[in-house]
Amino acid sequence: MLSPALETSAGGFLLVLSIVVPVAGVLLAFALGDRYVRLVAFTVVPVGSTIAAAVLLVLPQNDGHLAYLLGAWPPPLGVALRADGSSAVMLATTAIVICVVAVFAASDFRPASGNRRAPFAFWILLLAIWAALNTIFVGGDLFTLYVALELLTFAAVPLVSLEGRAETLQAALRYLLFALLGSILYLMGTALFYGLYGTLDIVLLSHRASAEPGALIAAALMTTGLLAKTALFPLHLWLPPAHAGAPAAASAILSGLVVKGSFFILLRLWFNVRPGMSGFAAAQFLAALGAGAIVVGSIVALRQERLKLLVAYSTLAQIGYLFLMFPLAFNASGQLESGQALAGGLLQTVSHATAKAAMFLAVGSIYAGFGHDRVTGIRGAARALPLSVMTFALAGFALMGVQPGGAALAKELLLQETARTGQWWWAGVLQVGGMFTAAYVVLVLAHALSPPDQPVALVAKPPRSSGLAALALALCSLLLGLLPWEPYLPITYAAESKLFGVEALVKLLVTVFGGAALAILLSPWPHPLAFSAAGKTIMHLIAPLRRTCIGLGSLVETGDGVLRQWSTASISLLLVALLLAALMFVAN
Amino acid sequence: MSSVSVFGLCAAAAVGLGLYGLITNPQPLRKIVAFNLLGSGVFLLFGIVGRRGAAAGVGNDPVPQALVITGIVVAFSATALAIALLLRLFHAAGSTTLSSRAPTSPRSDPSGG
Repeated sequence: MLSPALETSAGGFLLVLSIVVPVAGVLLAFALGDRYVRLVAFTVVPVGSTIAAAVLLVLPQNDGHLAYLLGAWPPPLGVALRADGSSAVMLATTAIVICVVAVFAASDFRPASGNRRAPFAFWILLLAIWAALNTIFVGGDLFTLYVALELLTFAAVPLVSLEGRAETLQAALRYLLFALLGSILYLMGTALFYGLYGTLDIVLLSHRASAEPGALIAAALMTTGLLAKTALFPLHLWLPPAHAGAPAAASAILSGLVVKGSFFILLRLWFNVRPGMSGFAAAQFLAALGAGAIVVGSIVALRQERLKLLVAYSTLAQIGYLFLMFPLAFNASGQLESGQALAGGLLQTVSHATAKAAMFLAVGSIYAGFGHDRVTGIRGAARALPLSVMTFALAGFALMGVQPGGAALAKELLLQETARTGQWWWAGVLQVGGMFTAAYVVLVLAHALSPPDQPVALVAKPPRSSGLAALALALCSLLLGLLPWEPYLPITYAAESKLFGVEALVKLLVTVFGGAALAILLSPWPHPLAFSAAGKTIMHLIAPLRRTCIGLGSLVETGDGVLRQWSTASISLLLVALLLAALMFVAN
Repeated sequence: MSSVSVFGLCAAAAVGLGLYGLITNPQPLRKIVAFNLLGSGVFLLFGIVGRRGAAAGVGNDPVPQALVITGIVVAFSATALAIALLLRLFHAAGSTTLSSRAPTSPRSDPSGG
C-alpha cells in the first residue's frame, strides 16, 4: 500500500537520489565526451546500486513505505515520490540487472572499438533507462509516470537501432510509432482523470475515484495504452524484431527491464488508483489475452530458426504469464487486493527480468562465438561455450519454474490463489505455460548438448568476465525463492515451504516431460534425438501426429504474421480499448 | 452551444482524424504528422479541462496548462526522434517502408511521397 504522504518520511531523499544519480551520470557523460563515458557509467552503477540497497534497508523501518514531497508541497498542489514494498523490489531488480549488463558490455562497448558512436550511445542510454525506470517505480502521480514512461521509450528505441542496420532502424521506428500511439492513449486517460477529479496523485485519486462513465473510459484508454507499450498479445507487433535485432546487452535490458516499466504503471493503475472499479470481467479479459500470448508466443518461439528471435518470442509468452494474476487478485467484495496474487505477479516479474536478461546475454555470447545463432547450427555448443550454455540452461530452469526459482514460488502463490477463488481454468493455463517454457528451453538445450558432426570452430571467444556476469544473473534468478520476501511482499512461509517435497518434484517432472513432448511435436527442425536408433523408432511412431502439430503451428505462425501488420495491430488496439471499456461498463 | 462544447468537439475531431491517419497511412512521415494531430487533440482536451476549473470560480486552472506544456515538449522530442530515425532509415535502406518485408524498391523519398 502507498502512504497518503502528508510529509516527507525519514530516508525519503533516497527516492530523489535514485532518480538524480543516473540523470547526473547522463549529463556528465555528455559533458565529458566519449572518452570518459564508460568511466562515468562505472562510477554511477555502484552508487545507484547502493541507493537501491539503501531503499531496501530503510523501507521496513518506515512501516513499509517511503515518501518525499518535492519542495515540501503536499499533493494535490505538489508532487510526491512514494515507494512501497513493490517499488523497493523493482528498484533492486533493476539495479542488479543493470550491474550485470554493465559488466557484460564492458568489453563489447569499449570507447575505442570500431564504431565510435555505438559505445557512447549505449552507456548513456543505459543510464537514461535506469533513471526512467526508477522514476516509474517511485513516481506518485499519473503525470510523472507519463513523463517517465516517455523517457523510457525514448531511451529504449535508440538501443534497438544501435548497430544502424536498415532492418534494426525499421524495427526501432515501428517500436517508436506504436509506443507513441500507446502513450497518447495514456495521456488522454490522464486528461479525463484530471478533468473529473482535479488531481492526478495516485493516493488522492484512489479516495476520490468512483465508477463514473468518464473514469471508466479513462481507465480503459490508459490500460490499452500501457498494454501496447508492454506488448501484450495481440499488440506485440514491435517486440520480436526490436528485441531480436538489438545487440545482446541491449536486448537484455529491453526484454528484462523496459517492458516491466509500463507493466508496473499498469499495476499502479489497477491496484492503487482504482482497486474497486476494474470489474471482474475486465480482469478475466486481460488474463485471457495473457493466455493467448502464452500459447501463440510459445508456439511461434518453437518454430523460430534464430535463437534471438526464439528468446524474443519467449518474452512475448512470459509477458502473457504476468497478466494471469489480475483475475486472481479479487477478494470477496469484488476489490482488487494487494495480496498474494499481486506478490506472485511481482515475483514473476522479478524472476523474468533476471532470467530473461541472463538468457539474452547467453544467446549473445553464443552468437558472438559461432558467428550465427541458428538453432540447428549450435550442436557442440556445450563443449565449445560451456559457460554460455550453462547460463542459458539455468536461466531456462528458473523461467520454467524449477525450485527454488522465483518463478516456482510465483507459480505456487498463483496456484493457491486459483484454488482460493475457485478459478480452476487459470490453474490449467499456469501449468501449460510452464510446459511451453520447458519446451523451448529443452529444444535449445537438446541442440546445444548434442555432439557436433565436425569440430566446432569458434569465430571469437567471448571474454570470461561477460560469461561469469551472465551466469551470476541466472543463478540469482534461480535462488530468488529462498530470499526473505516478507518485509516487501505479502508472501507467507507456507507457500515457500511447499516449494520442496514429493508433490513439487512430481509437478516439475510433469512440466519437463510435457515440455519435451511439445518440443518434439511442434518444432519443425530435425531433432538431434532422431539420429539415434531408438529416437528413429519413436519419431517414426509419432510422425502423423507431429505432421498435424507442425501444420497447426505454421497456421499459428501465419496468424501471428497477420497480427503483426501495422493496420491489424492498430485495429486490435482499438478493439481492446472498446472491449475493456464495455466490460467495465457492464461490471459497474 | 457553449464554447467548452465547441472546443470539446474540435478535440474529438482532431483525435479521430489523427487516429485514422496513424492507422491507415502507410508512410511513416504521415504517421508522424498524424501522431502530432492526435497529440494536439489531447492537448486541446487538457485546455478544456482547465476551463472547467474556471466554471468553478477559480479563474483558469493552471495545472492543465503546465501539463500541456510538458506534453508538448514530450511530443516534440518524440517527433524529432522519429524524424531522425526515419532519415537514418532512408540513408541506410533507400526507402522508408514500415512493412515487415525487407525494404526492396528505392522508390519513395524521405518526405514519404
